[in-house]
Amino acid sequence: MTDLVIIGGGPAGMSAALAAYEQGIRDILILERDSSLGGILQQCIHNGFGLHKFGEELTGPEYAWRYEEKVRALNIPCKLNTMVLDISDQKVITATNREDGIFQIRARAIILAMGCRERPRGALNIAGARPAGIFSAGTAQKLINMEGYLPGKEVVILGSGDIGLIMARRMTLEGAKVHAVCELMPYSGGLARNIQQCLHDFEIPLKLSHTVVEIHGRERLEGVTIAKVGGDRRPIPGTEEHIPCDTLLLSVGLIPENEISKSAGIDLDPITGGAVVDQDRQTSCQGIFACGNVLHVHDLVDYVSDEAELAGKSAAAYLQGASAPACSISLKTGNLVRYTVPQVITEKKPVTVYFRVADVRRKVQVQVWSKDRLLYSKKKASVAPGEMEALALSAEILDDVTALTISIKEEQA
Amino acid sequence: MNRELTCIICPLGCNIKVRHENGAVLEVSGNTCPRGKTYAITECTTPMRTLTSSVRCKGGKLLSVKTDRPIPKEKWMEAMAIVNRQHPALPIAVGDVIIEDVFGANIVATKNID
Amino acid sequence: MFDVAIIGAGVVGGMIARELAAYDLKICILEKENDVAMGATKANSAIVHAGFDAKCGSLKARLNVEGSKKMAQVASELGVKYQNNGSLVIGFDEADREALQELLERGNQNGVEGLRLLEQEEVLAMEPNLSSAVTCALYAPTGAIICPYELTVAAIGNAMDNGAELKRNFKVTAIGQEDDHYILFSSMDSVRARYIVNAAGVYSDQIAALAGDESFKITPRRGEYILLDKECGGLVKNTIFRTPSAKGKGILVSPTVDGNLLTGPTAVNIEDKTDKTTTAEGLAQVMKEAIENVPSIPYGKSITSFCGLRAAGDTGDFIINSPRPGFINAAGIESPGLSASPAIARMVKDLLAEQGLELNEKTNYNPLRPAMHHFRETSLEEKNAIIQKDPAYGQIICRCEGITEGEIRAAIRTEPKPMDLDGIKRRTRAQMGRCQGGFCSPLILKILAEELHLPIEKITKSGGASRMIAKAIKED
Repeated sequence: MTDLVIIGGGPAGMSAALAAYEQGIRDILILERDSSLGGILQQCIHNGFGLHKFGEELTGPEYAWRYEEKVRALNIPCKLNTMVLDISDQKVITATNREDGIFQIRARAIILAMGCRERPRGALNIAGARPAGIFSAGTAQKLINMEGYLPGKEVVILGSGDIGLIMARRMTLEGAKVHAVCELMPYSGGLARNIQQCLHDFEIPLKLSHTVVEIHGRERLEGVTIAKVGGDRRPIPGTEEHIPCDTLLLSVGLIPENEISKSAGIDLDPITGGAVVDQDRQTSCQGIFACGNVLHVHDLVDYVSDEAELAGKSAAAYLQGASAPACSISLKTGNLVRYTVPQVITEKKPVTVYFRVADVRRKVQVQVWSKDRLLYSKKKASVAPGEMEALALSAEILDDVTALTISIKEEQA
Repeated sequence: MNRELTCIICPLGCNIKVRHENGAVLEVSGNTCPRGKTYAITECTTPMRTLTSSVRCKGGKLLSVKTDRPIPKEKWMEAMAIVNRQHPALPIAVGDVIIEDVFGANIVATKNID
Repeated sequence: MFDVAIIGAGVVGGMIARELAAYDLKICILEKENDVAMGATKANSAIVHAGFDAKCGSLKARLNVEGSKKMAQVASELGVKYQNNGSLVIGFDEADREALQELLERGNQNGVEGLRLLEQEEVLAMEPNLSSAVTCALYAPTGAIICPYELTVAAIGNAMDNGAELKRNFKVTAIGQEDDHYILFSSMDSVRARYIVNAAGVYSDQIAALAGDESFKITPRRGEYILLDKECGGLVKNTIFRTPSAKGKGILVSPTVDGNLLTGPTAVNIEDKTDKTTTAEGLAQVMKEAIENVPSIPYGKSITSFCGLRAAGDTGDFIINSPRPGFINAAGIESPGLSASPAIARMVKDLLAEQGLELNEKTNYNPLRPAMHHFRETSLEEKNAIIQKDPAYGQIICRCEGITEGEIRAAIRTEPKPMDLDGIKRRTRAQMGRCQGGFCSPLILKILAEELHLPIEKITKSGGASRMIAKAIKED
């Protein structure tokens, strides 16, 4: 029996482990599938991490090292190269590695911190051939930054999420020519700084409201046909343009990796793809917590660390015999709000609610409603789907309500 | 001449307008903090960036590196050529200087390799 | 000198090779691609049809029923997954009901066992996710599913274990004759054989023409498919067909033996024998028609789409004959070719024997091949015993499908050896899960390069010029 098993040794897992340790939990085990701690940060060699957390710009490996250093100093046990195969609803974890073979651990509490994966081409059903040279942006990032191989020389990128933008710059610096970044939506899903520093700096065109409609080439990719899309996001006939290229990178979305959460019977939110959690990041299974990109895809790693600290503290409180839920207030999504985290509040204390919007809007009000009663309203200059919004709720707001709706009021022009 | 910039100093991403003539900045507006103004002026005169990349160590492993301060944007490709030729010996720790004085900055390791 | 040269390492060529490998013969299989199972075998519906479709008395009807009856045993000998899940042909109106009645009668005449017409209530009880507009269905309990490339890899592997040779990247460009044998030429090489079997799929008309037989033409018929996540594999239990109509056989919805959900195919005749592109219209048609049958298919969970070319002959039936002494066609093998393949192999063997090929049974013939998926299906204790001997079995490479380094290395060391990334995929399922190789392909590249003693830059996705990597960087 282990007090706390943390699945995933990336930024979320390490931060959760440190927070639980700080609260007095000593019997901790981190299970990490890769050969080192740090998760996806190891291949994110660009800078821009840590502005909130450390007040300086760090690269991914440096940000990871800040945490790994502490994990090592505290001698928190980790099993590397270890893949978790299953979690039962009784909190029995089945995992495998070279040294131990397939083994089981019974945990008193579990923190899920497995991160996310990229949506593959198949999810898009782009027509055409199936040649070599089509990579998800993260796979190309791994090949270039971790293995030292350039996957191709003439590149088109579909999707302007941050990984796509970062890879446009990386591939250019490593000697490839990036011909265009196509984005289906009329706005980019990436951070403004990345559009400036990764595209504008290198005069790489960002083609908004464009998509790849056909892939050409039998053996290696020879080109793509792109087209403009209308308001319905469907290609507009007659706007097709052929771009010769040997590489297509896809940066078309991230999906929390919750396959093993399902085996434990944890309730998932169909919008986030992550677990349904309360304000402490506890899932529908008592004693199982979730944080980081396995819970919902974050825009900044700094917020992952914050959330993981919360999950780590909560898991510690649970192990130390915290009291049972005091209430159950469900958080609902209103106008333009895609999802909230947490989805439910079980204790009347100040809570920060994170949410994402479905579309870009300027001059809005973030509102909190209980039925038809407006409880809170705050002006905001703009909201965008690429950025996670935070909303601090006071304990008073939670008095006498059973459900709250978070909603965006669009100011009339 | 006018130029519009998205400030990248913090995630707020202010839209900054710069009026400049003959390389001299006349007016900056739209920024919410003084750092934004400094950024806008530098950006329109000598844009600076921190370069991140990797070097192949002796033995073949890749080491991620960065310039320890921003270097002029237009020197990036030259800096990359210098970085790509370097093959340091292991072990290396975060912060170790791998190459000195590349356009005014040191190239330093951003991870540990034993 | 070989006794028999088989042109084409698809399921037909593979099953013929295995059938002949039981006898004291020198056999070689000539394949123009970098791997086996690269033509129609790679991309089809993966169904073992019951046999009610084909016209009574046709080769298709006879060989389908015979093949489908043999398939369970073949699969078990070769360690290949096979699932007798049953088939349902669903109808929506009176015209469909009449057509199903006809199919039932035809099936009975063809010798298909257990066919039954079901009424709405029974159909929906069996398959609750079908459209509630379904009024009736033809149920074929002998319908089954199998993985066609797994079957082919295993059949060829088993033939090779019993002495057959496989020559890859051998595209037959000319066929000559000398004394009592043929000479098959590729651009680089040549092979001598007393007998030739033409199992060249969409190219079988061209191969026949090289031997002077221009009696038939093969038209590639494009079929597009969409494959969905394993989460969706349980949506139906049976393979769901639409009642065939003037518009064709329609789009099927079927579980696969690996637990995914497969929908497709379209059916469009094309000219280009190499054009395996999917089209926006085709994929849209697959989704539209599949949803008419099973409305809740969540296409947001698609993991890949692909296109196969069926080798449609112009005679209306399989073309299995001998246009000249010592040369056998096994051509025009479109649906139900996979189902019929064990019977086609038997028939080709008989034709060869009629032509004078002596068939003496090998004393040391082994019909069995260990299952490639053995590790996944063994008990925890056995797995740990294997890991203790070879720790690579403890290291997961493909997260989505749970495939270990040990399984991948074993696959690379087992005939017919995979020489490229897609070859690994077809043998182990690594890269075939929901992330489609996003995480594991860089790892598999390294393993493949190591096992094949090649630099990574030379490793291909699928042979030829399909290299994965442009160049190594930072090596100046």
